[in-house]
Amino acid sequence: MSQNEVDRSKRRFLIAATTAVGGVATVGVAVPFLASMMPSQRAKAAGAPVEVDIGKVEPGMILSVEWRGKPVWIVNRTKEMLDLLGKHDDQLADPKSEVEQQPAYCKNATRSIKPNMLVAVGICTHLGCSPTFRKDVGGDLGADWPGGFFCPCHGSRFDLAARVYKGVPAPTNLVIPPHKYLSDSRILVGEDSKGA
Amino acid sequence: MNSLTNLLGWVDARFPLSKLWKEHLSEYYAPKNFNFWYFFGSLALLVLVIQIVSGIFLTMNYKPDAAYAFYSVEYIMRDVDWGWLIRYVHSTGASMFFVVVYLHMFRGLMYGSYRKPRELIWIFGMFIYLALMAEAFMGYLLPWGQMSYWGAQVIVNLFSAVPFVGPDLSVWIRGDYVISDATLNRFFAFHVIAVPIVLLGLVVAHIIALHEVGSNNPDGVEIKKHKDPVTHIPLDGIPFHPYYTVKDIVGVVVFLMVFSAIVFFAPDLGGYFIEDNNFIPADPLKTPPHIAPVWYFTPFYAVLRAVPPMFGSQFPGVIAMGVAVMIIFFLPWLDRGPVKSIRYRGPIYKTALALFVTSFLGLGYLGMQPVTPLFTLLSQIFTTIYLAFFILMPWYTKIDKCKPEPERVTG
Repeated sequence: MSQNEVDRSKRRFLIAATTAVGGVATVGVAVPFLASMMPSQRAKAAGAPVEVDIGKVEPGMILSVEWRGKPVWIVNRTKEMLDLLGKHDDQLADPKSEVEQQPAYCKNATRSIKPNMLVAVGICTHLGCSPTFRKDVGGDLGADWPGGFFCPCHGSRFDLAARVYKGVPAPTNLVIPPHKYLSDSRILVGEDSKGA
Repeated sequence: MNSLTNLLGWVDARFPLSKLWKEHLSEYYAPKNFNFWYFFGSLALLVLVIQIVSGIFLTMNYKPDAAYAFYSVEYIMRDVDWGWLIRYVHSTGASMFFVVVYLHMFRGLMYGSYRKPRELIWIFGMFIYLALMAEAFMGYLLPWGQMSYWGAQVIVNLFSAVPFVGPDLSVWIRGDYVISDATLNRFFAFHVIAVPIVLLGLVVAHIIALHEVGSNNPDGVEIKKHKDPVTHIPLDGIPFHPYYTVKDIVGVVVFLMVFSAIVFFAPDLGGYFIEDNNFIPADPLKTPPHIAPVWYFTPFYAVLRAVPPMFGSQFPGVIAMGVAVMIIFFLPWLDRGPVKSIRYRGPIYKTALALFVTSFLGLGYLGMQPVTPLFTLLSQIFTTIYLAFFILMPWYTKIDKCKPEPERVTG
């Protein structure tokens, strides 16, 4: 081979090798940049449990507290509210709470530890709005509205056990967070006896 | 004068200044029959400049921090000299950007401006539209009002509906488990630097592609088919400068009159340009009783709400919304009509376009309204018409009874 001739196969090999190595390096450099957009260590550590005094929540009233940046509702349901709970199971998407949206100890008819006290994450399972507490029976939500939560964003409906109705945008019941009773009037949201 | 000519010669020997001027202005031959609808391209460029300039000055006083953002905007409004003007120019500019871009796109639909050989102009334009939507969405979070917060919450949660990777993806976008300071900070970075750079690059590509193939016109015929045999200048073409620069200045004056009227007399335009709830600081614990995106997103928001959840997932609605945006990209290949311009199209395309515009405006209205069974039904009907306009296009444009196109533009 004379000095002026080009070794084409060597040139092809070098171009391919350079491209491949350069490509791998580009992907490698992209990793730390993309990973830096994940929640920081501080954001991850901010999920501490919250202690709440529920003694002042009168029957029929709701209390909102913040846990991991989200609203958590504590609703003291009256006897009448609890009586209405079982009467509309046929309108609900998941009346028996089959989908894992609650700790095992809340997979019951009232979705709570104590029947009257509902503790639920107040974030709609559709697109994350916070539904409104609409406890009054009937009204603009229909004559058979038994009281519950109505999401203003896309019209999802939940009953007073935070169970979702059929035919609304939200696919699942509201989340019941892990929680436990420290005393009769104090609960700890974000931690239960299993230490979760 | 002589020394100026010498200076120009010195520059031209080192940078193609005169060449660029000629290629894109004084010797760029545009069809002589441009009408009203051809104002909106140059107006979009004007609004882009307005947004960049007013945006730069806003960043001098704005603080991208969840604890200070809302109050720094109030500070700009009350304590910074002329701050209210700069901010209202920027917020009005955001909405007016979409006004001119929607009219610009409608012009393309009427005169077939996306048809061969202008497919890439259309694609670049659609990417500009996508970048603009990203820019507007992230900019809307920055004032950290209630609408900013809950609007971002809803839109970012759309990504969590994606099967398998969705929840991780939405956490990655937010940088936190909820919309928070981390989200605000990164949206600021994207809004003021990343997306604008992409936007500028796309605008340059859009214009280079346009000047390569030449502008379409209301008759939808190619002026390059009939050139002067000696000069090779299209017989129906006139130099962009001075003819269309001067024409566009008239458009600019009228546009700025409207723009100023809004800035000075109705900066929130009755809640359409700045929503009432955004005058309340973001509260992660309380969703406003009625939330809706700003008007330019409402057509797609209505599509999202029109589709009910299936198989316990809201992903179908998200897909429908994505399809409603992305399908516009394919217009150049969906349209099989023998003519480009609405002037020579038959009754079917005219009806289809009218129905499409009606459903787009209808969806825009419904996207602002609270959910009721009637409105959901209407949204579903309009969504069907919207999608049918595109999906059935290869068929109905082919069988349409078109009139013959003229050889030359008709003035």
